[in-house]
Amino acid sequence: MFPFSLEKVRTEDEALRAAAAGGRFLAGGTTLIDLMREEIEQPRHLVDINALPLAEIRAEGSDLLIGALARMADVAGHPETLRLHPLIAESLLEGASPQLRNAASIGGNLLQRVRCPYFRMRDAACNKRMPGTGCSAIGGLNAGHAILGTSEHCVATHPSDLAVALVALDATLRVRGPEGERSFPVEDLFRLPGETPHLEHTLMPGELIVEVRVPDGPPARKARYLKVRDRASYEFALVSTAVVLDIQDDRILSARIAAGGVGTRPWRMRASEAALIGKAPVREAFSAAAELAVRGARPLSGNHYKVDLLRRTIVRALEMAGDMA
Amino acid sequence: MSTRGVTITVNGEARSIECDPRTSLLDALREHLHLTGTKKGCNQGACGACTVLVDGRRINACLTLAFMHDGAEVTTIEGLATGDALHPLQAAFIDCDGLQCGFCTPGQIVSGVACINEGHASSAAEIQAWMSGNICRCGAYPGIIAAISQAAGRS
Ligand SMILES: Cc1cc2nc3c(=O)[nH]c(=O)nc-3n(C[C@H](O)[C@H](O)[C@H](O)COP(=O)(O)OP(=O)(O)OC[C@H]3O[C@@H](n4cnc5c(N)ncnc54)[C@H](O)[C@@H]3O)c2cc1C
Ligand code: SF4
Ligand code: FES
Ligand code: FES
Repeated sequence: MFPFSLEKVRTEDEALRAAAAGGRFLAGGTTLIDLMREEIEQPRHLVDINALPLAEIRAEGSDLLIGALARMADVAGHPETLRLHPLIAESLLEGASPQLRNAASIGGNLLQRVRCPYFRMRDAACNKRMPGTGCSAIGGLNAGHAILGTSEHCVATHPSDLAVALVALDATLRVRGPEGERSFPVEDLFRLPGETPHLEHTLMPGELIVEVRVPDGPPARKARYLKVRDRASYEFALVSTAVVLDIQDDRILSARIAAGGVGTRPWRMRASEAALIGKAPVREAFSAAAELAVRGARPLSGNHYKVDLLRRTIVRALEMAGDMA
Repeated sequence: MSTRGVTITVNGEARSIECDPRTSLLDALREHLHLTGTKKGCNQGACGACTVLVDGRRINACLTLAFMHDGAEVTTIEGLATGDALHPLQAAFIDCDGLQCGFCTPGQIVSGVACINEGHASSAAEIQAWMSGNICRCGAYPGIIAAISQAAGRS
């Protein structure tokens, strides 16, 4: 680990000042410290934000508000989460381990870095770690990589489970920076790799994630998160799907679907959603929608299986949601 | 490199150390306080051998820096027994053969104590899911699960 200086801040203003001077925020540290030890991340100055009063989880009207420093475990177990958006709890509990969920924050979860093995191998070419060096995954071991949103420069998936649920729920982020405060959809936090895979998110330098807002959904909402992976727990997704259905009188009034493990960012399936509107919630309709989800998929040498797995995961998740009381 | 002072209450005793800011909580415990019960397996958050309780919550000591815990209360495997009397979960690990080589065991036991306290030990399936952050290379899982079930039943 390279040497760094550090400071603890107590207010958002102090945090913003420290970041404007080039400091890097430290929350739970479960991504950042890991990558600093590998010398993939080399911040010179750490700003410990854990003392900021941003860990609150609360309802405002029927919106759910989650502070950026709330821990994954606390959000997953909070009565307001379970009342308003159990999908969020489900996605959180499918991620990482109990120990990690006790330490890891919501803001840090959204900004966690990719799990592509070459990103961590300092002797391998990787455009994300070292722009212009090439992508070792494209001609290498890529069974875990993306089939959607890839470029010839990077094919890594975004690893967060929570982000998939938040994108399906149309959640927004409130951030504060040197230029003031702004809010935008969680979906817009994530960039496609394009020619600049080293740029992963749309925060401006020094911007602090303050809060996540999850708006109320339509009534009779049925929502599930389904994660498919190599072992039953403590593993990143091969494919995951969050679905939110509004079904009345045996008709789908609205559907929201997002997938993880398949895209270079959490992937919203808008064509599939549109195809479900007005349909009866049966397997035939679900399969047709899933077919639209894989349109445009570009599998790599090692991950053709993800096309079929994505179809099936979507169908299964829709069935699970449809079956909810 | 400049050092920094931190004071952490470890197993009930306030301990002050001067260390490089890079020092993980795990290295602070092992290298500075010579509490080597907490193990370093992967040093990447992937195995759970380094599990300790910080203010009662289980975390991976390898992925957190000592200075982040100034003023906190840390419990390690060394802090579970009362004098010569083993913690009930330690005793249950012996009863149930919850170990082979023993390397993962301190992490399993500390994690298991938290698992029981959290109320996540009501069935074997629940214990499996909530102990999945602790890997055992020897595959002593049946004994580990039996030990946690036994201790949970008694508490
Ligand atoms: C072994 C292992 C398994 C895992 N499995 C999963 C999994 O299955 N699913 C899953 O979703 N995740 C998984 N994770 C990832 C884990 O969830 C993240 O590491 C964690 O959520 C990051 O949060 P943190 O608070 O520790 O972030 P930190 O490491 O503190 O920070 C991460 C990044 O976010 C920035 N940051 C943090 N907070 C803010 C803020 N408020 N505003 C602006 N920037 C900020 C930091 O500067 C840093 O760049 C796993 C991690 C490990 C180590
Ligand atoms: S997929 Fe992205 S992160 Fe992985 S080697 Fe290629 S450029 Fe690097
Ligand atoms: S040593 Fe900390 S999780 Fe493996
Ligand atoms: S007893 Fe050997 S690793 Fe678990």
